Amino acid sequence: MRRIISLLLENESGALSRVAGLFSARGYNIESLTVAPTEDPTLSRMTIVTRGSDSIIEQITKQLNKLVDVVKLIDLTEGQHIERELMLVKVVAHGNDEREEVKRLVDIFRGRIIDVTDSTYTLEMTGNGDKVDAFILALGQVEIIEVVRSGISGIGRGKRALKV
Amino acid sequence: MQLTGADIVVRCLQDEGIEYIFGYPGGAALHIYDALYKQDKVKHILVRHEQGATHMADGYARATGKAGVVLVTSGPGVTNTVTGIATAYMDSVPMVVLTAQVPSHLIGDDAFQEVDTVGITRPCVKHNFLVGDVNKLAETMKKAFYIAESGRPGPVVVDIPKDVTAKVAEYHYPEVVDMRSYQPRTRGHIKQISRGLDLLVQAKRPVVYTGGGVVLGDGSAPLRKVVSKLGFPSTSTLMGLGAIPHDDPNFLGMLGMHGTYEANMAMHQCDVMFAIGARFDDRVTGELSKFAPDARIIQIDIDPSSIGKNVPVEVPIVGDCGQVLEQMLEQLDARLGEIDRTVVGEWWAQVDKWRAVKSLDYQPSKDKIVPQLVVERLMQITDGEAFVSSDVGQHQMWAAQYYGFSKPRRWINSGGLGTMGFGLPAAMGIQLAYPDDTVICISGDASIQMCLQELSTCLQYELPVKIINLNNQYMGMVRQWQEFFYDRRYSHSYMDALPDFVKLSESYGHVGIRVEDPADLDEALNRAFSMKDRLVFVDVITDPTVNVYPMIAAGKGHNEMHLQPDQEEHQERELA
Repeated sequence: MRRIISLLLENESGALSRVAGLFSARGYNIESLTVAPTEDPTLSRMTIVTRGSDSIIEQITKQLNKLVDVVKLIDLTEGQHIERELMLVKVVAHGNDEREEVKRLVDIFRGRIIDVTDSTYTLEMTGNGDKVDAFILALGQVEIIEVVRSGISGIGRGKRALKV
Repeated sequence: MQLTGADIVVRCLQDEGIEYIFGYPGGAALHIYDALYKQDKVKHILVRHEQGATHMADGYARATGKAGVVLVTSGPGVTNTVTGIATAYMDSVPMVVLTAQVPSHLIGDDAFQEVDTVGITRPCVKHNFLVGDVNKLAETMKKAFYIAESGRPGPVVVDIPKDVTAKVAEYHYPEVVDMRSYQPRTRGHIKQISRGLDLLVQAKRPVVYTGGGVVLGDGSAPLRKVVSKLGFPSTSTLMGLGAIPHDDPNFLGMLGMHGTYEANMAMHQCDVMFAIGARFDDRVTGELSKFAPDARIIQIDIDPSSIGKNVPVEVPIVGDCGQVLEQMLEQLDARLGEIDRTVVGEWWAQVDKWRAVKSLDYQPSKDKIVPQLVVERLMQITDGEAFVSSDVGQHQMWAAQYYGFSKPRRWINSGGLGTMGFGLPAAMGIQLAYPDDTVICISGDASIQMCLQELSTCLQYELPVKIINLNNQYMGMVRQWQEFFYDRRYSHSYMDALPDFVKLSESYGHVGIRVEDPADLDEALNRAFSMKDRLVFVDVITDPTVNVYPMIAAGKGHNEMHLQPDQEEHQERELA
């Protein structure tokens, strides 16, 4: 099952490699991983998307908690949550028809065109993983030059929060 | 008080009450070595190879419960410690390894003797630090000891660049540390303990299965009380031996791949299993799908990730084994009446039938020395009171099977990582901690050669360790597996061209004794142990064909043990 694990860890050098090393050493799957400092600069917030049976997810959370740098974690998928991913896509956009078609798609998906040249558009798209995937499919015949995805960031709904 | 980083390191060790550190100097460590030279509170043991330093610190830590301390230089000094750090990590041994690093401005430059120490040790430490600021050095040292010794113990590496050891800072050694990200829980949840007792008192076929966590958590005394009050069959892993005395009537001996028949059969057929500080290692469980099919399991462990990792657990109890068992004792008397002694008595009758098989009986010999006999004689000569370290292989299993341990922290071996070369340096660390006690290193002709250079250290510090080398000219356990599973193709397991161990010991300034005839064994051992102040290397030439029994082969369950060949024939006749 797909799970989103969100953790707060000490913003120290090496903390990221401890987490990444744990996943590779124990053979856990990592679908995406994002990390950045929080409003408290001594803490980083990390979102990991992983897959595994219940027992594997239990081990993953226990092993993460065991890392000395990890302050706290929650499995966002255990409750109501919101997830978002940012994607930047550069596509070939020649001629009016093609440029119109891309613009229409971007509007439908509520994305934005953030950079324009005479032969390319760079698009910005935000949404959950499914929406971002769907947008790539929808581009269809449009030639993609490159895709950059941020990986999932997640947050609990309502009062549910991961705080020290 | 203003001190240099090097002086701060040494002052921290003094303030931590460290008696010995084990190390080897080198360029990046020279400031620290200079600071050591100027004082005599912390005694430095100069090893011959950094791996030896880690195993000595490890042996010291296992015997005393206090963190062992290692000091090495950068680069190869560090890489040589990795085996020892991983050994300590796998067996949860508290250790602080101070590694010197090239100066900060050279880090990442491929400088002389530079290695990414925190990177290379990360997967085999509990935690590690790179100290970038001399003002944080003392605090980091305190954290290192706190992390190493608290919770589930383990090795901690502190990497200190040379320039940090030269810079000056105000010295203050914190008395306590409070880390928001690290707060191990030691007391068990009272409701979980009651739930565990609910299961225990209803058990019809109970078994108590204890491990190294009982030794590490100083839980031997409450464990003995709990087991004696419950009156349940009890077994121990390799790492837990000594927590319950070997001759306790409730004790069935060691379990697992080379455990006793009664211990493994009791595990297989139990309905309630009480696991205490044991982690269901593959050498214990055998094939997981066949493991204890009817068991409802209660598990105490200080590390939540050890609970339910390999086997589903019905009642998890997170906490220090010693503390949880003490908490359990507070409730136990009131619950003992609920145990159906008749039903448990029937279970005991079954267990005693398995016991009657006497799975540790072995074939004596008049011509050749049988290794099991050597261990039995060692136990008799030392009244079972010695500290025993071992290396890894057949001799390790025989030591575990035939030296009956009555106290915790007396049996010291590399169980998790299985590190050959561990035995001698570990014995040295133990001997330093307990200078008046008898320390035996039971080894083999292959293992002993892996850290043999430390014989020189033994001379320098007058460590009268007794090395019993069970010399069968093979890597015995490899040979055994090749005999059983590779159609006797003994690929590279024969130790051709062994040194003359007697002369070798003598060249290091020690006493060497060789014994080949079974008739001479007792005299040789008595002579060795009569030399209280000398290291004696007893090279015992043993029968190379002897195998370790009983044995559970890979992929088999606890009920599919191989007994000694003659016992198997006997059993087959009985069944027929």
